Amino acid sequence: MSLTPKDKATVKLFWGRMSGKAELIGADALSRMLAVYPQTKTYFSHWKSLSPGSPDVKKHGKTIMMGIGDAVTKMDDLERGLLTLSELHAFKLRVDPTNFKLLSLNILVVMAIMFPDDFTPMAHLAVDKFLCALALALSEKYR
Amino acid sequence: MVEWTDSERAVITSIFSNLDYEEIGRKSLCRCLIVYPWTQRYFGGFGNLYNAETILCNPLIAAHGTKILHGLDRALKNMDDIKNTYAELSLLHSDKLHVDPDNFRLLADCLTVVIAAKMGPAFTVETQVAWQKFLSVVVSALGRQYH
Repeated sequence: MSLTPKDKATVKLFWGRMSGKAELIGADALSRMLAVYPQTKTYFSHWKSLSPGSPDVKKHGKTIMMGIGDAVTKMDDLERGLLTLSELHAFKLRVDPTNFKLLSLNILVVMAIMFPDDFTPMAHLAVDKFLCALALALSEKYR
Repeated sequence: MVEWTDSERAVITSIFSNLDYEEIGRKSLCRCLIVYPWTQRYFGGFGNLYNAETILCNPLIAAHGTKILHGLDRALKNMDDIKNTYAELSLLHSDKLHVDPDNFRLLADCLTVVIAAKMGPAFTVETQVAWQKFLSVVVSALGRQYH
């Protein structure tokens, strides 16, 4: 399920429109994931508050989106580009890789809300493929 | 039995009462067939599914999308016993249609994206939680009778 040149162009186009609101988008996607899939809260038991507006959620939402933005620039070799992040997730964070899909879905939901007309099925396909590829690269070092 | 709060019932009822079943059904099924092309395996008799454009214009797919939404309507009207309401439908999907139950989740995710696009910012976190809870009960009930 590798990314075609058209997929990459679509992802870059949307990222261009999203990067200015990265913090908001990240916080929104993360809040939705924590609420819809409460099991994901288990990774954040050290936070003071997990509610949508909380500083921890906002800050981490931004961190995640910065990571995704970085991945967008490294789309031609995600495995190499995300090596350090993969090591972090594998050895330190040890997030069960199933959870990457759960966050991905919520990123797609936020995009659908932001771009109701432009987030066509073809755009959805391209972004979903990218997020799957990203998740795969992120879990590369797990075992 | 699944417990629903008054708020959850209100959210689900409200979403359905403002829904154009034809529009949302068509859009969701088309999106599923496009984003997850392997789901097309179940639609061999539905005419041309060659590419996104033909899928989006296919009247048989559109009709089936509407059918699916009306199926969901039955769950809405029987929220306290979705499992039994869907028992026959589950057997149908298992024994006659031979649909891998994972596909129910894929369609559910596409429905969520389409509803989010339709409702915009009104699709709040709380709304999404209730909506996805409803869909997960539906998906579970549809897979329940597989053997």
